[in-house]
Amino acid sequence: MTRDIALGQFIPGKSLLHRLDPRIKLVLTVAFIVYIFVAQNFAGLVLLVVATFALMAVSGVPIKLYFKSMKGILFIVLFTAVLNLFYGTGPVLVQLGFMQITANGIRNAIFIAVRIVSLILFSSILTFTTSPTELTDAMERLLSPLKVFHVKVHEISMMMTIALRFVPTLLDETDRIMSAQKARGADMESGGLMQRIKALIPVLIPLFVSSFRRAYDLAMAMECRCYHGGEGRTKMKVLHLQTIDLVAVVFAILMLAAIILLNILLPASLT
Amino acid sequence: MTPILEAQNLCYTYGTGTPFEKKAVQNVNFKIQQGEFIGVIGHTGSGKSTMIQMMNGLIRPTSGRVLLAGKDIWEEPKKIRAVRFRVGMVFQYPEDQLFEETVMQDISFGPRNMGLTDAEIEKRARDAAKFVGLQDELLDKSPFELSGGEKRRVAIAGVIAMDPDVLVLDEPTAGLDPAGRDVLLSEIVSYHEERGNTIMLVSHSMEDVARVADRVMVMNSSHLQMFDTTQAVFSQDKELESIGLQVPQITKIMSILKADGYPVHTCLTLEEAMEQLLPLLPRKGGTSE
Amino acid sequence: MEFIRTEDVHFTYDETHPEEPEKPLHDVLKGVTLSIDRGEFVALLGHNGSGKSTMAKMFNAMLIPAAGKVYVDGMDTADESRTYDIRRQVGMVQQNPDNQLVASIVEEDVAFGPENLGVEPVEIRRRVDEALKAVDMYEYRTCAPYKLSGGQKQRIAIAGILAMQTACIVLDEPTAMLDPRGRAEVMHTIQQLNREKGITIILITHYMDEAVQAGRVVVLDSGRILTQGTPREVFSQVGLLKTHKLDVPQATDLAFRLRGAGCPMPHCVLSIDECVSALEPLLAQKGAEA
Repeated sequence: MTRDIALGQFIPGKSLLHRLDPRIKLVLTVAFIVYIFVAQNFAGLVLLVVATFALMAVSGVPIKLYFKSMKGILFIVLFTAVLNLFYGTGPVLVQLGFMQITANGIRNAIFIAVRIVSLILFSSILTFTTSPTELTDAMERLLSPLKVFHVKVHEISMMMTIALRFVPTLLDETDRIMSAQKARGADMESGGLMQRIKALIPVLIPLFVSSFRRAYDLAMAMECRCYHGGEGRTKMKVLHLQTIDLVAVVFAILMLAAIILLNILLPASLT
Repeated sequence: MTPILEAQNLCYTYGTGTPFEKKAVQNVNFKIQQGEFIGVIGHTGSGKSTMIQMMNGLIRPTSGRVLLAGKDIWEEPKKIRAVRFRVGMVFQYPEDQLFEETVMQDISFGPRNMGLTDAEIEKRARDAAKFVGLQDELLDKSPFELSGGEKRRVAIAGVIAMDPDVLVLDEPTAGLDPAGRDVLLSEIVSYHEERGNTIMLVSHSMEDVARVADRVMVMNSSHLQMFDTTQAVFSQDKELESIGLQVPQITKIMSILKADGYPVHTCLTLEEAMEQLLPLLPRKGGTSE
Repeated sequence: MEFIRTEDVHFTYDETHPEEPEKPLHDVLKGVTLSIDRGEFVALLGHNGSGKSTMAKMFNAMLIPAAGKVYVDGMDTADESRTYDIRRQVGMVQQNPDNQLVASIVEEDVAFGPENLGVEPVEIRRRVDEALKAVDMYEYRTCAPYKLSGGQKQRIAIAGILAMQTACIVLDEPTAMLDPRGRAEVMHTIQQLNREKGITIILITHYMDEAVQAGRVVVLDSGRILTQGTPREVFSQVGLLKTHKLDVPQATDLAFRLRGAGCPMPHCVLSIDECVSALEPLLAQKGAEA
């Protein structure tokens, strides 16, 4: 029973966003996160939200998948929003016992909710349009200057690649082991928290043991294939920057300029 | 007599309603009597694994029923665990499931889950260890100190210790060398003879199935294509070959000879073939190799 | 032309081996002398514990003999400075299909070897495509390994070695964890590579029906060579094989037993067809006499 789980849910496609260099996408995603916090008024925020929706459309990934990715954090968004609702300052609009709703509170709640939602949506754009391998490649290239500081960039990247490769395999194995233990009467469903954690031991220990075995076998196999670390290693898939990447960077710079301009011209919305 | 295990119109579909929908098992019907030794064969993807996991309630049928001693196992879904103590299952590469600190404790895992007394648990564990030929010295060792073959025995003992009415084994000899296979198979046969319970053996080795099974179930592309005595199933060599399965070499040889007009009939083992062929062949005084 | 030579190789595990932890200090190999020519297809046959897997690891310097020598293309495996070169000549495929694949996309895993060797990207691409076509897995090049069957994964592993363009491939029980179809796929691929590309194949196995497909069979038992020769020469010694816990195909066994009972069967029968061809004239002869 293999599940179709690709980490970060990469949806293959041919859109413009799919074709962008993954390094650019990664950098721009980080930039976007920064922009979200730089924008101090609703105008700036709206600009970013519009940009996000535009990119979502360009990505060619069905809207309902984007909203599925929201399901997980919906609770946090609501919780944060409500918290801000009741902790604003300034003129009070509604009094509920000892709690009060202020105009500022409403503004802040909306602001923060929109921030979080855009963050999630933009990150989803990244993971939907970039394969896990592209992401690890991009991170390896971007972090390579750190080699100067003796950071083992290649090794970290190799670890990530192997981890990604084995996630589905380990999930399958977990299924198998759970079935085997259930067949011996293990009860994974009932009982309080402590009981359920204890019930996981017959699954976790075999999983650990087999993982050590895998690591041993894999290390041997890699050595047999002349693996000797990152030195002298080439890559079949080389990342090249193209015109569209340049366009994306220019676009991002313009966005930053626009947001800063709006910050200067209009009053701040967040208090 | 009420069959010990019965399947009625058993169906299972994966991912209903999604683009990945797959009918793994369709309309499987069979009755198995107490004490039978059933072989289960079929190409990979034929639905064997799904079908056997419905026997002990690990998988719930999409439709149809599984009856254990006449009672639907899903009648009281909350009590499905109890079914797993009566229909014991040994998965492929069962040594992967070992986790306890000592061999004894691991074998006792099943009986402990059954809520038996300490004395009863110990007795069952020791009996089970004997059945699979585990020496006493090994019982106090950590299972991870054992060899691959020994670990497998521990895992099988762990299921036998539950004393199930039906024991299902999914390719118990997978990955073993010929000597190891023979020994394990003999132990399973002895266990069956002594306990008198029911065995379902899933295997890709036709020779093994021909040797030990009373009746053989043939799964093909989610359907139960044949379910008959071992002799009857393996004499259908052409049909089996058309669905991607082989017959034991001996059976094939006798089948070809028969088809070519010689006075023999298909058989399952070397001994039977010798019995049939010797009177029909010219002989000098017995020479040795 | 000789490619690999082993001279009186001895080996003892001085730490517990993951496969056989109950044998911490024990002589696994007790003097194995073997010669393998370029382009040969050699099967190393033996039961578990005979030392065959240990021997396999000698061929690509994964293990160094405790005594004796192993030479690959003239290079001494004990010479650490040549280990890299030796592994460029001798590739290895292991038993567990999953634990050899490193990347999450098939073609990237096949590229792993050439990437390690520092091959130019364009050349890597060419080799990867060629290797995948050679093992008949080209349509799966962008698939994720976890979705493949055991036989398909093993073929990807073989492609990964092919892409390194090694002269020899050692396969350590490659089909032990596969179903019959997977086994047939892998054996067919190995045969093709040996026949069509002249790659030296060393197959470690305990399956007789696989050893029978080799050009030469070497039988190991308790760390020594028991016997070697063509499949016919080796499998005619049914009695010897059985004493050493090795299996013979039912057809071979039947012919052997019939001979033992006095019937004039040929010395060595390797397949169903040979058995039938030998039996029919005899049956007809006796039938005519009756």
